[in-house]
Amino acid sequence: MELIRLFWAFLKIGAFSFGGGYAMLPLIEEEVVNNYQWLTSTEFVDIIAISQMSPGPIAVNAATFVGFRHYGVLGSIIATFGVVFASFFLVMTFARIIIKYKKSFFVEGIFAGIRPSVIGLIAAACVSLFQTSIVDIKSLLISILVLIILYKSKLHPIGIIMLSGVFGIILYSI
Amino acid sequence: MKDYLKLFNIFFRVGAFTFGGGYAMIPIIQKEIVENNQLIDESEFLDIIAVAQSLPGPIAVNTAVFVGYKLKGFLGAVATLLGTILPSLVVIIILAIFYDRIKDVHSIQLFFQGVRPAIVALIFMSAIKLSKSISKNRFNILLMSFAFIGIVFLKIHPIFIVILCAIAGLLHRKKEGEYGTH
Repeated sequence: MELIRLFWAFLKIGAFSFGGGYAMLPLIEEEVVNNYQWLTSTEFVDIIAISQMSPGPIAVNAATFVGFRHYGVLGSIIATFGVVFASFFLVMTFARIIIKYKKSFFVEGIFAGIRPSVIGLIAAACVSLFQTSIVDIKSLLISILVLIILYKSKLHPIGIIMLSGVFGIILYSI
Repeated sequence: MKDYLKLFNIFFRVGAFTFGGGYAMIPIIQKEIVENNQLIDESEFLDIIAVAQSLPGPIAVNTAVFVGYKLKGFLGAVATLLGTILPSLVVIIILAIFYDRIKDVHSIQLFFQGVRPAIVALIFMSAIKLSKSISKNRFNILLMSFAFIGIVFLKIHPIFIVILCAIAGLLHRKKEGEYGTH
């Protein structure tokens, strides 16, 4: 019964939070802290800290953490499946329609408008990340260094991430 | 089976190295799916990001499911979904167990202090690369700027940007059709 409540709570979070990433935090907080009281406010802040040092979508991280804290490994799996459940079926439904009517006037027109806007969206995400991540000379230096490496080499993004982590340790230790 | 494993494998890497959420997975998926394996092209990738951004749920998960479904149907979507969520499931459980000991380890914090500015640079390069896939006519540049200004300065929610641009695209197509111009 408790596990069903857990699944349901995270299904709601997955189904009603738009925009991904930190945009999902208010809804997660509402459900997990205020509504079900699975976590205290302090623990919720801890989750954000944990999410920053672990990979993957923040909503998935929160689901796993809450599920594990209260119901062990099984709880973490159930909460995680809850949070991706709606996405899985919604995206497949849309993908199916879009692929089927790809050549239609309607779908072609829509994507002719959306495609350039996505470039704008990504550039905008870049600006907001810049504001929270580039906080001093050292972080500015790292981002410039990475830009040069990306421009000059074909290094895989994973390689870049590992390398920049090492840069971080070196630069911030001095 | 080999194809599913390959998809799982690619998205396992996406899930394992997406730090910073949301758009941070774009450079890795772009590298793996568009450049290295050429499973989809850049303009299709833009379409997928648009859909992933417009539907509820984590963007990385939405993108993974779309790519998996497009390439290999239902089971493809299952493979990419599992690949994307498995790394965070495992890492979070480990961190949840050891959190009190880990949170004060200084070098881990420094590592992520270095990673964050790098993500900005990675996403910036992705935007540049992806912008090469669309022609620089007046209409496209107008919508690109509108989306950027709308979010950064006017604080419009991305979903409304996507909807407005979809309508603009439809109207533009219709006009083009009527006058037969390009």
